[in-house]
This record gives sequence, C-alpha cells and structure tokens, in this order.
Amino acid sequence: MTPRIPILELEGALLVTVQVDLDDQLAVQLEEDLGAALARSSARGIIIDISGLELVDTFLSRILAQIASMSRVLGAEAVLVGMRPAVAVTLVELGMTLDGVSTALDIDRGIARLHALLAESP
Amino acid sequence: MPSEREFWPLKATRDVGDARRAVHAAARSAGFRSADAVRLATAASELGRNAVIHGKGGRMTLERLDEGAGIRLEFRDEGPGIPDIEQALVDGFSSTGSMGFGLGGARRLVHSFQIESGAGEGTRITVVRWRR
Repeated sequence: MTPRIPILELEGALLVTVQVDLDDQLAVQLEEDLGAALARSSARGIIIDISGLELVDTFLSRILAQIASMSRVLGAEAVLVGMRPAVAVTLVELGMTLDGVSTALDIDRGIARLHALLAESP
Repeated sequence: MPSEREFWPLKATRDVGDARRAVHAAARSAGFRSADAVRLATAASELGRNAVIHGKGGRMTLERLDEGAGIRLEFRDEGPGIPDIEQALVDGFSSTGSMGFGLGGARRLVHSFQIESGAGEGTRITVVRWRR
C-alpha cells in the first residue's frame, strides 16, 4: 500500500505536516489527496508545514506550485510554512522561485496569511 | 585510507529518494555545513531523476575524496544519451514537460560538473562538491 501524508482538518483549514522526505510518488499522492479533501470538506484553506523537509528539488517545487494553483481553482488558498533557510537558498540557486505560492515563516504566521488571503477573495 | 565507494541503483523514482538521502547523510558525516549538504543532495536528486526518466535507469556512485574533504557523485545510465548538451543545460529547456531547471540548476549547486554523452551511448554526469 502506498504510504500517505496525513491531512488534518482544523477550524476550516486543512493542515498537512510533512515529517518525512517527500519522494516523487508521495508528493503526487499528497496533491491528489488534497484535491479530494478540498472537494469533500468545507475547508477553504490549506497550510502545508515543510519544516521537517531537508530538501525541496524542482519536482517537489512544481508539485507545491500545482497544489497552490489547484486550491485557487477550487476556491481555496494554500500557504506553505516553515521552509528551512538552507532549502530556500538552494531553491533560489536552482532557479525555482515558487511563483504563485504563498509562504510564511511558521504556522502562526501562515494562519494569519491564510485569513488575509481568504478575506481578499470573493 | 582507501577511498570508499557506495553504489546506489537508480531504477525507479523511489530510488532517487534513497540516493539523495544517502548523499545528504554522507555530506553531513564528512563535516559539510548544513546548507552545503542540502545543495549536494538536491543536485543528486535532480541528476538521479534525470537518470531514471531520461536514461531509463542507471546508478549513482558516491565517493569520498581526500578523506571527506569532498564528495564526488557519478550518475551513469545506458539511455539514449543527450543529443545537445548545451541546450539541455539551459534553464527552462525540457524534453519531457518538466520545468527544465534540473541539469542547469544542479550544475549551480556543485563545484565541478562534467557530462559525457553520445547518441546511443548513455550519459555519465560527474559532480564534485568540496567542504568549505
């Protein structure tokens, strides 16, 4: 059976905490699971905590950008929180800028960002 | 001390995860700074995926240089080869619909980067990163 990253629903938001290295299959599975979770719940926000991730490469950044776009198409917003500084520096050197992905330093700021984004959207 | 080599198969995308974790662990245990270990492991992830997807599978050889002052990684595959290496290194170029930052991006994360490839001969990419 394919392992899965758990998705928690908390006060109208879906919370994902990534605590293991996200290999390609697991990342694609997470994207699918988040789409399905948005479709069946009333949650309009997603917080993805990647503070446990020691590496984000071009494949994973593409999946994260797709999750952000998919959320918007489904009338929701996603915020990526907790990226380690070493990961951020490496991503920039790779040429990935995560355009269109909302980010915040930690979960508290991520929730504030999410509320601001949802207040702006119609 | 004889130079130790480790061989990591690259047959499926999940092998890429195992290989990059091994690179990260080797770099940390050799005393690389955290961000430098992440740089080398991220380069390994891009090049490993390249070998699986474009090269139809291959293997990574991990070698410690000068008792851990540097790490050399070699990615070897028996795939169709890269017809135009210069073009493959340009950001945004992709033959498979990915974002095309893999090869050029990986080159920026290491200190030395060498590609040998020919049509029908597979591809060998060798990179080195030194501890700072």
